[in-house]
Amino acid sequence: MTQPAASAHEDAPTSTAKAAADKEGSGVRRPLAGWGDVRTLSLLGVLAVLVAVGGITAPDEFLKTSNLQLILTQASVIGVVTVGMTFVITSGGIDLSVGAMVALASVWATTVATQDFGFAGILFTAVVVGVGCGLVNGLLIAYGRMVPFIATLAMLASARGLALQITGGTTQIVTVGSVLDLGARDSYVLGIPPLVLIFAAVTVIGWLLLNRTTFGRRTVAVGGNAEAARLAGIDVRRQRLYLYLLSGLCCGIAAFMLIVLAGSGQNTNGNLYELDAIAAAIIGGTLLSGGRGTIVGSVLGVLVFTTITNIFALNNLETAVQQIAKGAIIVAAVLVQRRSPHGDA
Amino acid sequence: MAPLPPLLTMSGITKSFPGVRALDGVDLDVQAGEVHCLLGQNGAGKSTLIKVLAGAHQPDGGEITWQGEPVTLGSPIAAMRLGIATIYQELDLIEGLSVAENVFLGHEPTSAGFVVHGSAARTATAELLKRLGHSEIDPARLVGELSAAQQQIVSMARALSHDVRLIVMDEPSAALDPEEVDNLFRIVGDLTGEGVAVIYISHRLEEIRRIGDRVTVLKEGRSVADGLPAKSTPTHEVVALMTGRNVEYVFPERPKAGFAEGREPVLRVEGLTRRREFAPVDLELRPGEIVGLAGLVGSGRSEILETVYGARKPDGGRVLVDGTPLRPGSVRAAVRAGIGLAPEERKAQGLLMLESVSSNVSISTLSRFARAGWLDRRTERAAAHQAVRELSLRPDNPDAAISTLSGGNQQKAVLARWLLRGCKVLLLDEPTRGVDIGARAELYTVIRRLADEGLAVLLVSSEVPEVLGLADRVLVLREGTVVHTADARELDEHRVLDLVMEGSPTS
Ligand SMILES: Nc1ncnc2c1ncn2[C@@H]1O[C@H](COP(=O)(O)OP(=O)(O)OP(=O)(O)O)[C@@H](O)[C@H]1O
Ligand SMILES: [Mg+2]
Repeated sequence: MTQPAASAHEDAPTSTAKAAADKEGSGVRRPLAGWGDVRTLSLLGVLAVLVAVGGITAPDEFLKTSNLQLILTQASVIGVVTVGMTFVITSGGIDLSVGAMVALASVWATTVATQDFGFAGILFTAVVVGVGCGLVNGLLIAYGRMVPFIATLAMLASARGLALQITGGTTQIVTVGSVLDLGARDSYVLGIPPLVLIFAAVTVIGWLLLNRTTFGRRTVAVGGNAEAARLAGIDVRRQRLYLYLLSGLCCGIAAFMLIVLAGSGQNTNGNLYELDAIAAAIIGGTLLSGGRGTIVGSVLGVLVFTTITNIFALNNLETAVQQIAKGAIIVAAVLVQRRSPHGDA
Repeated sequence: MAPLPPLLTMSGITKSFPGVRALDGVDLDVQAGEVHCLLGQNGAGKSTLIKVLAGAHQPDGGEITWQGEPVTLGSPIAAMRLGIATIYQELDLIEGLSVAENVFLGHEPTSAGFVVHGSAARTATAELLKRLGHSEIDPARLVGELSAAQQQIVSMARALSHDVRLIVMDEPSAALDPEEVDNLFRIVGDLTGEGVAVIYISHRLEEIRRIGDRVTVLKEGRSVADGLPAKSTPTHEVVALMTGRNVEYVFPERPKAGFAEGREPVLRVEGLTRRREFAPVDLELRPGEIVGLAGLVGSGRSEILETVYGARKPDGGRVLVDGTPLRPGSVRAAVRAGIGLAPEERKAQGLLMLESVSSNVSISTLSRFARAGWLDRRTERAAAHQAVRELSLRPDNPDAAISTLSGGNQQKAVLARWLLRGCKVLLLDEPTRGVDIGARAELYTVIRRLADEGLAVLLVSSEVPEVLGLADRVLVLREGTVVHTADARELDEHRVLDLVMEGSPTS
């Protein structure tokens, strides 16, 4: 035959020997785990750069303790929402109603009738309203087989509507002293505002739930391949229900935090939280298509966004510019994600 | 022998999907410790039957008894509790989870009921993998990074992680090379020795002869024979039962040796190489020729095909079609020059799972059916229908959703795409994986006919007889290097296997 029997007599060249060795030693490298760390590190890097920028452009104000406390407090409310959102997105779903749930929970918990029951009444109502909305979302999606996007879009509209109905557009001032005290400087623990402590607790619990429990494992499995999860004996529908409940719960907690922070309840609360939470989760490394989620990434995402907002405010820049910067960061983060070894494997 | 009650009996099982009666009265009985083979053409209902058994589908009618007791298998968990574990045809692993996480998915070792014991799962997984002879797979690795064969092993480990009495394997050998099939059979032997029953599905009769005890044959959703002795039933009888006719398992006639010598090569590959994947390859393909690439899974065959196709960027060398070099690493350039690829992983690489058969077939040819961007859906559908009919794809309905087709029929849809496109060079990666015997013969005939009409074919197959029977010329690959090139008629199976495994130097 005319074909040359290419290098038939030679030993395998080193490149293939290496390939073979590589296959053998497959256990040694875990590129994706490493990549996760790289991503976390790069977000930390971005945060460090932002702090430097803040320190340079507003040297007198940015690094003051009170400003740092402010940044963290602002991050806390949206941060708690983002933790819930991270679970939902990891499972391959989406929750567009988080902002509306925060609004509804915050106004329901600050009606005159509720405030009669004091601190406990406000906290309890906020949480129950959040969980209740989450329950409706979950039932519609898991058992009514509605697409998450549509079901939560409907919830967005109706919860906001109901919130407006309750307040009639007025701001409901909180008169319960113990609630307001929680936001006061006196109740800081070692300089840390209580709201930040709540955020930290939610983060730690969320991390443990996602990474150390069967609940978290099932969430990832449902997002990665729902049919495979079902065949593995997981009750996929119940898992979905729980996930939207969880998101609702987080919104209830966030609503309470917002009441403490603002000293009032308004139907405009939580405006566009859904976008901020989704964006923070995505730049943190959670896959919008599901199957991979990271709480640490989400929290870093929230901190990056909040810090940017703060720096722009300190430098008296317009919100328009700020929005553009946010958009650019989202694009950059997603581009970096696309480079992940998983993407081109 | 004492008349033990069978471990499992299924009788009169029926199951319909919208428009299809997938199971139409199937009987099956399985004894403890036996290997019971299920045979049947593509779409006969084998996978549907075992999904009923796994609790993943609910039957419309029929009875299931387990160790003499009637049972209902209402969910996958119910089946697992009885000790039924299933390895599905389409691998059902979650790529973003690690090996250990997949193995123990749904039954993780926990403390306090919900806190996962990661290290316990990893240790147990390592033990299972060792038992399967694959201790090189790291339990902490992500499943998405493993090869198809390794993923198969993980599926197996998952089945064994339950306390099993019956393991169902749906075409487990399709993605394995001969060595790994041997390993699989050793494991099956160990299991049956412990009294575990195995239901084994495969289109390869020689495998069934090797490990099977009894055979049940399905045809169009009905069992046409059950409990046949696996070793002694003559092949023609089995095939006649499956297909309802006599099919000769022969390859179409080849043109005489050297027929293409005078023709200008249509495809020339010069020194094409990718670091760590394959050493420089030279290759010439003339119109009318079928050239086979033989080698083990992982020897670089698919990588070569994909690089020629531009789906991977070469580190060196070039690809020429009709003497014109193609832009490296560009699929568009390759397709425009007339190269087609039917890929190995049909689900991940080949098919749009949410679409109909007809849109899957026409996707590479759309512009032919479009005028100013508007699709003429009627001609598109008719052309697609024609293409799938040539491969006798079942059901004979171009509007069926591709996801509802049986595995072998999905494979035919991928081939039909390139049939329709009518290219100059066709790259076929495992074209008959999961395709039944009758349809295989048809496929071989079609491939040879296309070649006779002037197509050049580059064929990759793990089944050595297929390469030898279909190709004119064979390149044998070992660890990314072409170790031998010869006329297919000068080689036999033993010789190829020797070359592929040891790569013993040739004269
Ligand atoms: N979910 C579904 N919806 C509609 N039809 C289906 C579905 N699943 C299977 N079918 C149909 O049921 C029939 C039997 O399919 P099945 O997958 O059981 O075949 P099989 O014997 O496993 O074939 P193969 O050898 O190709 O794997 C086919 O006609 C198939 O198209
Ligand atoms: Mg099947």
